[in-house]
Amino acid sequence: MTPEMFIQHALNSLTLGSLYALIAIGYTMVYGILRLINFAHSEIFMLGAYFVFWGVSLFSLPWPLAVAASIVFTAGLGIMVDRIAYRPLRDAPRISALISSIGVSFFLQNVAIVFFQAIPRGVYRPEWMEQPWIVGAVRILPITLFVPVLSVLFMLGLLYIVYRTKTGLGMRAISKDIETSYLMGVNVNRVIAITFGIGSALAAASGIMWALRYPQIQPMMGTIPGFKAFIAAVFGGIGSIQGAVVGGVVLGFIEIMTVAFFPDLAGYRDAFAFVLLIGVLLFKPTGLFGARVEDKV
Amino acid sequence: MNRGTLTILNVLAMAALGLFVWWAEGSLDGYKIQILNLIAVNIILALSLNLIYGFTGMFSLGHAGFMAIGAYVCSILILTPDQKDTLFIIGGAAQWVQDAQAPFVVATLAGGLVAALFGFIIGFPLLRLGDDYLGIATLGFAEIVRVAATNMTSVTNGALGFKGIPAHANLWWNFGWCLVTLYVIVRLLKSNTGNVLKAIRDDETAAKAMGVNVFRMKLLSFTVGSFFAGIGGALLASLLTTIDPKMFLFTLTFNVLMIVVTGGLGSLTGSVLAGIGITVLLEWLRVVENPVYIGDFELAGIPGMRMVVFSLALIVVILFRREGLMGMREFSWQAVGARLGLGAKPGSGKGGVAQ
Repeated sequence: MTPEMFIQHALNSLTLGSLYALIAIGYTMVYGILRLINFAHSEIFMLGAYFVFWGVSLFSLPWPLAVAASIVFTAGLGIMVDRIAYRPLRDAPRISALISSIGVSFFLQNVAIVFFQAIPRGVYRPEWMEQPWIVGAVRILPITLFVPVLSVLFMLGLLYIVYRTKTGLGMRAISKDIETSYLMGVNVNRVIAITFGIGSALAAASGIMWALRYPQIQPMMGTIPGFKAFIAAVFGGIGSIQGAVVGGVVLGFIEIMTVAFFPDLAGYRDAFAFVLLIGVLLFKPTGLFGARVEDKV
Repeated sequence: MNRGTLTILNVLAMAALGLFVWWAEGSLDGYKIQILNLIAVNIILALSLNLIYGFTGMFSLGHAGFMAIGAYVCSILILTPDQKDTLFIIGGAAQWVQDAQAPFVVATLAGGLVAALFGFIIGFPLLRLGDDYLGIATLGFAEIVRVAATNMTSVTNGALGFKGIPAHANLWWNFGWCLVTLYVIVRLLKSNTGNVLKAIRDDETAAKAMGVNVFRMKLLSFTVGSFFAGIGGALLASLLTTIDPKMFLFTLTFNVLMIVVTGGLGSLTGSVLAGIGITVLLEWLRVVENPVYIGDFELAGIPGMRMVVFSLALIVVILFRREGLMGMREFSWQAVGARLGLGAKPGSGKGGVAQ
């Protein structure tokens, strides 16, 4: 492998990893405060991409406006999902909300199939994104660098919210003890709604960037990235934002580099993440940045 | 009610089922027979998942994986060598796949046993995990099975899958296995082991404190569950006569989970009833996807609508009737007797397992 090829692969890994990281942050935030694997997150990701497609093709919005509208809509959708499918189950056993989220995930996916048909569609890319920068033998599409930079900015913004604002304080309080948070006057439902809004907006952002990177969308596009991002979140220690980012990037590198170095394994690429997951859970069940929780007697 | 009466009632019930199957085979059309077959297979799958999840409290999302294993093992064993020659067009079959041959009953059993073996092996690392981690890890296992089925071309024929699998699975086989499943799981749950499993479900820490070897019990339940999931997959393969990796997506697990949740976690009766109801409902919902004709005017069918209605139903059930159809109650002859005023104490059947 030439150095140029290696750099190319490394850049691709970084892009893919950052996309995983952005989705993983949504999982990790919801899991962190509600202890809920939000299966519907991968469908929010898919709808984010579709909303842009719709905005551009159906309402002929300019591209940046379509992106902004999509992010606002998906944030609203995330809040609605929480309101309808999760809030009534706050006092129920945790597994009920999980089943509800699987139901929501299937519901959104099939609504998308009904409305958009199951056929893959090409997406619009602004012209400046089509022009690769060529450095020596390395071809870099703007999106390749765009994604990691944006991911870092989003992560910093999020860390600011979680550690420097009142809402963030509320999030951290709820994640420790939801009942006590109620007693302490935290507006629990509002904080959770904001969390879902932020997580969904990030999922939309990554869905849009995913569609730009791999310019095709279809109703099932969220499933595999969704699972992998969840695995990234577990790998990094679920509940930790930095962990989600590190986990996402590591997963991106493992996936691309394994295929690059062992082309024979390319068919198995979708299984790497799951093997990693099972391995991580075996040796470090709480992930890299996770705290150990003891069983309460 | 004494033991003898119960035995007689059970034998009578089985005879009634046999009579029904005999009648159905003779007088129902192929489509209805197919639905009955699917009902039997779905009940087997639901019972096995209920054992794992409803009675032992292990949230497993790996059913599609075990079913795939059962389906592939069974198909490899019942496909004739000639069929394998024509099926494996890319690179041919591995020698042992080409040579493997067995009658249907052995093939089904083998499917179940291999699935159980996988359940046993992955149970070792995975069953130490907590509920939703276990869910996602078993889901990962199912996904790995699917990816392997797509790529191990010399064994599974890759993405093309198998076509023309001999259709041995008729009503007798399916309902026969359904009874076996019910019998084994009822026996297991009525034994002391069953109480231990329920104790683990209700409070694992407390069960551990009482000296229960929690891990061993979980592994037992998981392995038995995987066995019957494999049997279900094997029967399904021979019933549909065609399998490919795409069949074993998460959707398949979702359908089984839906039956278990609707029927009631921890109720075998619930699984049986919901298995019948949901299989019929799923078939009936196909109408939504077919084009509707009003005179000359054609209303286009809506592909995907079936699953929209179906997933909505799951959300409604979990939001408004969390305990499902039956909660944790079971059918029992005593309760029927009490209802009919035959002298047994009312409510004596509650919480027990079907007689």
